Amino acid sequence: MCLAVPLKLVEIDGNDAVAELDGIKMKIRIDFVKDVKVGDYVYVHAGFAINKLDEELAKENLELFREVANAAKNKSE
Amino acid sequence: MQLKINPNDIKDIVEFINNYDKKTIKIMEVCGTHTMAIAKSGIKTILPENIKLISGPGCPVCVTAINRIDEVLALSQNPKVLIATFGDMFKVPGSRPGVNLASLKSMGAKIEMIYSAMDALLIAENNPEYEVVFLGIGFETTAPGTAVAIKEAKERNIKNFSVFSMHKFVEPALRVLLDSKEIEIDAFICPGHVSTILGIKGFKFLADEYKKPSVISGFEPEDILTAIYKIIMQIEKNTAIVENEYLRIVNLDGNKFAQKFIEDVFEPVDDVWRGLGVIPRSGMGIKDIYSDFDTVKRFDIKLNFEDKVTICKCGDIIKGKIEPKECSLFAKICSPENPIGPCMVSSEGACAAYYKYLRF
Amino acid sequence: MEEIITLDYGSGGKKTSSLIEELLLPNFNNSELNELMDGAILESKGRIAFSTDSFVVSPYFFPGGDIGKLSICGTVNDLLMCGAIPKYLSLSFIIEEGFKIEHLKKIVNSISETAKKCDVKIVTGDTKVVEKGKGDGIYINTSGIGFMEIEGYAKTRINDGDVVIVTGNVGDHGVAVMSARNGFFLDTDLKSDCMPLIDLAKTIFKYGNNVKIMRDPTRGGLATTLNEFVEGTDLSIELIEKDIPIAQNVLTACEILGIDPLYSANEGKIVLVAAKEIAENLLNDIKNLPEGRNASIIGRVTSNYKGLVVLKTPIGGSRILNKLTGAQLPRIC
Repeated sequence: MCLAVPLKLVEIDGNDAVAELDGIKMKIRIDFVKDVKVGDYVYVHAGFAINKLDEELAKENLELFREVANAAKNKSE
Repeated sequence: MQLKINPNDIKDIVEFINNYDKKTIKIMEVCGTHTMAIAKSGIKTILPENIKLISGPGCPVCVTAINRIDEVLALSQNPKVLIATFGDMFKVPGSRPGVNLASLKSMGAKIEMIYSAMDALLIAENNPEYEVVFLGIGFETTAPGTAVAIKEAKERNIKNFSVFSMHKFVEPALRVLLDSKEIEIDAFICPGHVSTILGIKGFKFLADEYKKPSVISGFEPEDILTAIYKIIMQIEKNTAIVENEYLRIVNLDGNKFAQKFIEDVFEPVDDVWRGLGVIPRSGMGIKDIYSDFDTVKRFDIKLNFEDKVTICKCGDIIKGKIEPKECSLFAKICSPENPIGPCMVSSEGACAAYYKYLRF
Repeated sequence: MEEIITLDYGSGGKKTSSLIEELLLPNFNNSELNELMDGAILESKGRIAFSTDSFVVSPYFFPGGDIGKLSICGTVNDLLMCGAIPKYLSLSFIIEEGFKIEHLKKIVNSISETAKKCDVKIVTGDTKVVEKGKGDGIYINTSGIGFMEIEGYAKTRINDGDVVIVTGNVGDHGVAVMSARNGFFLDTDLKSDCMPLIDLAKTIFKYGNNVKIMRDPTRGGLATTLNEFVEGTDLSIELIEKDIPIAQNVLTACEILGIDPLYSANEGKIVLVAAKEIAENLLNDIKNLPEGRNASIIGRVTSNYKGLVVLKTPIGGSRILNKLTGAQLPRIC
């Protein structure tokens, strides 16, 4: 349906921005993400940032995996 | 910024799913990118017999009607037209075998592959001698970008740019599947990036109205495994809610800015889906105020809404009734090089993924 | 005005001679070529390997190389994969009218440097010029002769239990050229791995027939080449996904463009099947070369499936790796 990858914002100029990951830089548009600054990560689909990747939420996501893994382990035993 | 998940955590989830033998569960992964991720990580090969994953109507290329492809191919023969398209559409055949944008490009048609709708606008600016037509495919994730391009074309008065909108809304197609009496789907893995735009509330109808356990999932193996685990838990508890596993970018209300762009530029129109027929208010038509940028109006294309029936069983596959290998054409007459039905035309179609990765 | 190639340069007259005498001869100086006969007369010994390849890469300058370097490496590497030490090359240009002489000089220079590195002589050649619009700048054909060093590499010698080794990171060339061509990225440090495989091949030759087959996985990438090893046989190759070396930036570029690095071309890698008894030693020898430092054992030959290449994924699943069908295209879905 839609490929999207998290890239880091390195330049912002209005709705135009440059995003980067592992040395790969690309021009993107940030019309849909308003409260971003250089250094933030955004998910990019077809040249547009579709949302900001919230670092706190990313940690919560990892925590969720851990919880599910623990629950799965307990149920397997 | 990759999430660094502990491999042992994955192992624990895999082991649980692998040993689960209590109930038969048919799960539809709506999104074609999920289909690809599932195939690439080999998830189907670790599922027990009683858990089945079925690919849904979330591959934009697969659900584009063959008539629409024919209309695009015909348009590309207009010497004034330059088609700008995502690579996804490049090799999709129309009703004449072997004829696609790639083959027409070889014969001189002006076709450019692009990565963003904004690239199409740039091509239009740089090539005023051509009418640049952008092929708008995709669902709620892709459509906002197309909307930005259309709005900007109007603001900047770029007259040689238009969009052939084949964009679609996900919900009407899922409702058609669920309303059909033939459906055999117990639960849904919801598309993570469409959910980024629509929010969790965009898929609540699956649980509220159809009582189907549903989990919004990301695209890493651990995301999909977690979603499967959560679906099993819901079924065990006999509940049906929409859960969000893709915490890092999906929230309740979605991306309101992106939603606004869709509302500003598009309106729901009846549209034909390959394999599913005409679905009321399922297509994104370009609103009248932007009609100058609507390819269909500009070139006076008479859209054909017939869903040409192919002899293969894609309809049954999308409905979850059979698996690709149960279609008599699969891998015999129908292959990625010579696709007969919609599920084989795109690399993320159910049949193409099965063909490529699972014919042991 | 900038100096450009015109149709006169391919006419066989004065301009052609000036091109040969001022640009080509000084760069490729050797007695066989300097005779300027209709063909080269060469010394030989025993059996030879003979190979040809045409190069049409666009863009003709790309990060990590250019069409000149590629045209030498391509044929040199093909000869090496036959078990031969490359000795002589032919070199033919088809140039589109309007091509900058400055660019031709750069390409010739890179051909000359690469040939010297490989210790091969360019002994015969040709230049044709086509009208503007009839070519994509420059095309090159090279053919080569090598003296057989070791005979018998064949897929029929692959056995159950053999080990698969790749000599370095996979997918670099295809991704670098695709990125340079389509302009989707603003900037990258992606680089083609285009290089002669002489030292790697000589190291592998030392293991004689304990190495069953080797190939440089160019078009179609690693996956396609491995399929060629086992298709039509009763054997399969099982790869361990996490053991396949891929540079992080190549992975990222592939993820963004929706393509698979295992199908992306390589121009400086060898993939081989070897007897398991010598595999560790061979791997260590390869790793001791700078171009082999990322070498890895990536899988083994089994009889679990017939004629298939199967990838074992990190979560414990598996998937089939088929041959590439049609070119990989960037996609958004």
